[in-house]
Amino acid sequence: MHFKARAGQKLADVVLQENLRKAKSKFVDMRARAIAELDDFEATREAAKVLRDRTLDDLDLWLERFELEATRRGATVLWAKDGAEVCQRVVDIARRHGVKKVTKSKSMLSEEAGLNQALEDAGIQPVETDLGEYILQINDNEPPSHIIAPVFHKRKEEVSALFARVHKLAAKTDIEAMTREAREVLRPHFLSADMGISGGNFLVAETGSVALVTNEGNGRMVTTLPRVHVVVTGIEKVIPTLEDLATLMRLLPRSATGQSISNYFSLLTGVKHAEDQDGPAHMYFVLVDSGRADLVGGEFAEMLRCIRCGACMNHCPVYQAVGGHAYGWVYPGPMGSILTPLFAGIENAVDLPQAATLCNQCGVVCPVKIPLPDLLRRLREKQVEQRLRPTAERLALTAWAWLARHPALYALATRIGVRYLKWLAGGEDRIRVLGLAPEWTLGRDFPAPEGKTFRELYAQKH
Amino acid sequence: MSSREDILGRIRARLGRNPDNAASARAAIDSYLGAPDQGPQPRIAGDRVAHFREKSEAQSSTVEEVLTPAALAPAVARYLARHELPRQAVCWPEFSGLGWREAGLDVESRGVLGTDLVGITGCFCAVAETGSLMLCSGPETPAALSLLPETHIAIVPAARIVSRMEEAWRLARAELPELPRALNFISGPSRTGDIEQTIVLGAHGPYRVHIIILRGH
Ligand code: SF4
Repeated sequence: MHFKARAGQKLADVVLQENLRKAKSKFVDMRARAIAELDDFEATREAAKVLRDRTLDDLDLWLERFELEATRRGATVLWAKDGAEVCQRVVDIARRHGVKKVTKSKSMLSEEAGLNQALEDAGIQPVETDLGEYILQINDNEPPSHIIAPVFHKRKEEVSALFARVHKLAAKTDIEAMTREAREVLRPHFLSADMGISGGNFLVAETGSVALVTNEGNGRMVTTLPRVHVVVTGIEKVIPTLEDLATLMRLLPRSATGQSISNYFSLLTGVKHAEDQDGPAHMYFVLVDSGRADLVGGEFAEMLRCIRCGACMNHCPVYQAVGGHAYGWVYPGPMGSILTPLFAGIENAVDLPQAATLCNQCGVVCPVKIPLPDLLRRLREKQVEQRLRPTAERLALTAWAWLARHPALYALATRIGVRYLKWLAGGEDRIRVLGLAPEWTLGRDFPAPEGKTFRELYAQKH
Repeated sequence: MSSREDILGRIRARLGRNPDNAASARAAIDSYLGAPDQGPQPRIAGDRVAHFREKSEAQSSTVEEVLTPAALAPAVARYLARHELPRQAVCWPEFSGLGWREAGLDVESRGVLGTDLVGITGCFCAVAETGSLMLCSGPETPAALSLLPETHIAIVPAARIVSRMEEAWRLARAELPELPRALNFISGPSRTGDIEQTIVLGAHGPYRVHIIILRGH
């Protein structure tokens, strides 16, 4: 199913529509307030852009530097070309250490790779521990609808019924009680898991560390308690220094949830020391390409600056209307409409770059100044170049282009056109069903023209 | 070809890497690491300690101040009593001699268990800008103690409150031989907003964080 069909379904989903409205006010207003705490948001954004470009412009060398430092501190750095290799590497690590159970904190890359399935196939139990991700996992691995708030689309009654069914406990009615129940169900998993898998918000080249941002504390659990910790993250996440990390940390939580800082922010460097009471004895990084390397230095390279904050989707009028599931893959919203075609193939996501009004709300809020509308437009151009647009659309545009080059004919055609549309409106100020493009008027009316073209009116006045 | 070589090879090709520009880019990396950029720094208006306090409270921590180390144990006892919390706790070794018994508490200095309800820690330093505690993991300062118990009580000497994260890094570079395994910034109790964007405190970590600032120390 394509975006258009899915979007239609989502528009008709009452619960989703209600939650989207609520979230809009929360995320958007809270971000605005949090941004105001920075004396100079624009300068901070510019600094973030510069520092992200610094590593991306010499990505090979910064990655080598990161690898060197991480290895020096006892971590093992592995590389994966694609999702299949991610799964293979992680399953290998699990086997090597005799792992039976894995606790996971959010990692988009492991979702891209379908890692949970691979672990299960290998007889290893993966347990998602972010509350939202956990709810999705016990609901038959439902996909997330928002990168920061994965169960954005669910009402508490649904969660309550799901918990009662899966946990076999009395149904709770308030959210606090449900959260406590999940805590109590997950705590034994944290304590008994052999391996923890996390994503990585940033990789710091200077120190060979991974920086991890969470609110629930699950990120800390999975990286503190099990004997093995595996970080699965993208090769583009590397940044130079701790000072640069401070700059990005002023932007990420504010842009994501409107918090000045997330509850937990951990900087993890290497394996546990000899006398340490806690911490993993083995630490692995799986640095994933999955389409990223081929963007370096190219016309879409700016997209690699993305810090996955979600601000672009929170502010997107299309996302606000249809939610994340309509986008069909791991990454929704404007960033998803760019990343999905780039990672999964332009031909496999033809309507995503069109799923935007190019209003530039996203471009204005993006904390690393990615010109999202420009990139969407560039993808649309690619579709045209690769002849991926529907035949009718191509023919129509070719015809229009020809007409536009013949002014006299153009004037005649538009004169006929407006009169036809006026006739179609039948005296009303709007057209309910557009003759040649009935689909266009399925969800909206077409404003009826007055009956004369601009050129006619202009000629009359002068 | 290994995946490493494949990935790095494609990046090098796209960047037009050659031995010459590699050498100069490496030199540029070294010099940047030696003198990194500082991003724009937000102003910390007024008193640092007051700012830290205000920010911590905004993140649902509770804060009090005491003037002497002798006042710490009684303060902890009062806090636990006020919230009807257990009088048993686990603490970092550096606080084992604070006179807990005299204050009517049973505080042990040992490895933390999943069932312990109150954890008492110090911190490496604290950051006023965001109201964050910065804790370093180590043999005497285990990371799990600020995470597993339902209540986290943190003792923060006022002199260890710095303005911004950059200053925390400066302290770490100056005082630590190398970075600890885990360096945790803690800003309030753990929380989730996953169900209907309703904020609930106490997701997987502590339900409450109580900060005791030790003045004049
Ligand atoms: S594109 Fe920008 S706004 Fe969107 S998620 Fe990435 S960093 Fe955030």
